[in-house]
Amino acid sequence: MKKLLYILLLVVPFSVYSAGAEVELEDADIDLSDVQSLERGAKNYVTYCLGCHSAKHIRYKRMAIDLNLDEDKVLQDIAPLGAGIYDQMHSAMNAKDAAKWFGTTPPDLSLIARVRGADWLYTYLRSFYADPSRPYGVNNRVFEDVGMPNVLWQLQGEQTASIKNIDGKPVITELVSKGNGKMSKKEFDRFVNDLVNFLVYIGEPVQMERKAMGKYVLFYILLFTIVAYLLKREYWKDIH
Amino acid sequence: MTNEGVNKSKRQFLTSALTVVGAVGTGFIAVPFLSQMQPSAKAMAAGAPVDVDLTKMEPGQLIRVAWRGKPVWVLNRTPDVLETLTTLTDKLADPLSNESLQPDYCKNEFRAIKPEIFLAVGLCTHLGCSPTFRPEIAPPDLGNDWKGGFFCPCHGSWFDLAGRVYKGVPAPTNLEIPPHKYVKDTLITVGEDNEEARA
Amino acid sequence: MKNRIGQCTDWFLSRFPLVKLWNEHMAHYYAPKNFNIWYFFGSLALFVLVNQFVTGIMLTINYKPDAKLAFDSVEYIMRDVNWGWLVRYMHSTGASAFFIIVYLHMFRGVIYGSYKHPRELIWIFGMLIFVALMAEAFMGYLLPWGQMSYWGAQVIISLFSAIPVIGDDLSLWIRGDYVIADATLNRFFAFHVIAVPLVLLILVFLHIVALHEVGSNNPDGIEIKESKDPFGVPVDGIPFHPYYTVKDIVGIGVFLFFFATVIFYMPEMGGYFLEHANFIPADPLKTPEHIAPVWYFTPFYAILRAVPDKFAGVIAMGGAIVVLFLLPWLDRCKVKSIRYRGGIYKKAVLLFVISFIGLGYLGTQPATPGATLVARILTVIYFGFFLLMPLYTRWEKTKPVPTRLTHQPSLEERLPGWIEFFNEVFPQTPVKDSHGNTVMKRRPDRTAMINALIRFAKKLKESLD
Repeated sequence: MKKLLYILLLVVPFSVYSAGAEVELEDADIDLSDVQSLERGAKNYVTYCLGCHSAKHIRYKRMAIDLNLDEDKVLQDIAPLGAGIYDQMHSAMNAKDAAKWFGTTPPDLSLIARVRGADWLYTYLRSFYADPSRPYGVNNRVFEDVGMPNVLWQLQGEQTASIKNIDGKPVITELVSKGNGKMSKKEFDRFVNDLVNFLVYIGEPVQMERKAMGKYVLFYILLFTIVAYLLKREYWKDIH
Repeated sequence: MTNEGVNKSKRQFLTSALTVVGAVGTGFIAVPFLSQMQPSAKAMAAGAPVDVDLTKMEPGQLIRVAWRGKPVWVLNRTPDVLETLTTLTDKLADPLSNESLQPDYCKNEFRAIKPEIFLAVGLCTHLGCSPTFRPEIAPPDLGNDWKGGFFCPCHGSWFDLAGRVYKGVPAPTNLEIPPHKYVKDTLITVGEDNEEARA
Repeated sequence: MKNRIGQCTDWFLSRFPLVKLWNEHMAHYYAPKNFNIWYFFGSLALFVLVNQFVTGIMLTINYKPDAKLAFDSVEYIMRDVNWGWLVRYMHSTGASAFFIIVYLHMFRGVIYGSYKHPRELIWIFGMLIFVALMAEAFMGYLLPWGQMSYWGAQVIISLFSAIPVIGDDLSLWIRGDYVIADATLNRFFAFHVIAVPLVLLILVFLHIVALHEVGSNNPDGIEIKESKDPFGVPVDGIPFHPYYTVKDIVGIGVFLFFFATVIFYMPEMGGYFLEHANFIPADPLKTPEHIAPVWYFTPFYAILRAVPDKFAGVIAMGGAIVVLFLLPWLDRCKVKSIRYRGGIYKKAVLLFVISFIGLGYLGTQPATPGATLVARILTVIYFGFFLLMPLYTRWEKTKPVPTRLTHQPSLEERLPGWIEFFNEVFPQTPVKDSHGNTVMKRRPDRTAMINALIRFAKKLKESLD
């Protein structure tokens, strides 16, 4: 018994301790039923991301169905010029060129939301700051030494990091905007949120349908179990 | 364990009820399992309409395009060929294409929107081989009755240059004509027509 | 017409012993009448096995075992194939469910002594099933060709290279290449899809045949065959069909409820059933920051990491599974069920459960020095449970074992007690609402809670004696 307590004492502080000191992520407001947000997100993606990052697992056709959009509208307003409705979201950039320019091929983003999570993406896209030591002059607070330039800087404006020395190590306490962006902070947050919403959607396009279907399945199983239980109880009246 | 005083009808009823509920459930779960073997979205994408450019086509030439993975023939028929076609009626099994598959706008003697351009799925209606294009008249291997057409090497079916099947061969009907339309004079879209959008 | 069908049936039955099989294994197979909740997991395991077979075949239809195509073909199944997502989630969730069920099924064996004489062979077959299942799961996990698939397989196959002399050649032979590559994927596919499932099927058959030869154990650990009525039927036995078939169907219903909840609402299960990093295609040049195997391997993985020497670690990990095979001979106590066993065994089992769950948790976490220390202590407890068993079970002070099955309250009979408990801890108390009216609302009661806790602690202490 004493041994047991000893082990519990060992385990408890450990599990607390293991939650390390990382940058706190901000909550993205994910609502996949908001098709307008998804549509804006899709446009944002094509305008700002698709140049380098493909999303090759999603088809424009699927998007048109899931977002209740007309196929022609998707081709005109969202898809880049020349894309067909059955096409997947391919990037115009060729992987070899990309590797030459960026040192690495920009990853396909179809599944990025399932890898990183919405909150990480939301925070990441808003956490670039000026750092002259980096090749593109920017660094990122949640993804240190990232190999990607801040493609949204014209919208957000530049940010600088205010750094304090804690325990002899420089630690970023907050990011300060220079306020030279085309968008206000609120507009920009919504812009990024739409984009992240869209990324969550393409991570698993079926997820809305899946959840909607789930309650019928569970209801059926409940019904089945009740009937099965009644039958069991009836038969087991024999057993004393 | 005692079997006295057992309510048999209640047991019967509950057993049937569970069987029915279970069968319904099995039916529901069978739907995804069976329909996952249907063509996927990728197959549908491959089945998207295809365009055929006619600008470089010479008289008598046959070009092949793939639509839904099937060969689709586009044949430029000369006036001579068209004239021969009108003489074949009694040798054919279905000269008026009553039993055959084609859009209404191709249900005519030449089985085409424009008589000179013939378009059909190049698969024999017998068992699905692709017939060979034999435009020559009376070649030694096919004999004097051959007036130019499509010959299926698998089981010897004869079709004329309008894809109509001859009498006395295994193939039951004329070659299938897919929905198609002229976007302009020299451009055909296969797989889509003006009458209805087909999936 | 009816006569024709009758003739056909006779023709068939005179050539195939269907009636005999049915009677032997269902209608006249007498199972003890006091099976409790722990006895659902055998039939559930069979149910999940069928699920894995059916969904697995469906996935094979669209999956491509090629390093260039595998990852995309899985996403193709998830998006482009009709209902492919459902089939895939049923398979991935089924894999985890299988292990949950099998672990609980094995634990049932441990607490009720189901491995003891005369059921040692059933236990051996069961352990072989467990090992085959681990091989099946491990190879199946490579197939999605994500980062975790790739690096997990890399790490596990490298374990073989720890074996002296032949190790390096052996791991090379398993991989078929110098790293995990297309060749490895292709052979794992073959094993996962045909070889190991066949072995599993045969082992399950043997497991059940051996069980039906000696008869089922029960929560009292008494042989029901020892008291029979004049017709030779065990007095405490009931025919498996219909009594346990109808009962197991209820079990399947309850299981499906949880299963469907995971599939439709949390298929990733917070990264435990489908790991986040596995949504990145395998990249032989970049290891993910933190590799952890899927949760069902983590207890053994934690043991591997706890040992500071590569070869010794591999031995310890293998040993952790091998000792399970030896359980029927390590346990010297004559009494089967934990109900009548001595306090020392109960405490040992409790410690074992803590160590197993603790190791499972630590295996999912990064190996910090603190974690490694805890893992080492838990590893010692894990092995202590088995290796000290011949000693502590020999002098165990057991309780008298009854000759006939005892009656324990069933879940239905316990329900009123739980309602009473709920009423006690959350009593109806008069509360004033916003309109000033007095309404009765359920509020947690502090003293009742403390009392309940004390009662629970006392009961726990009692039951451990």
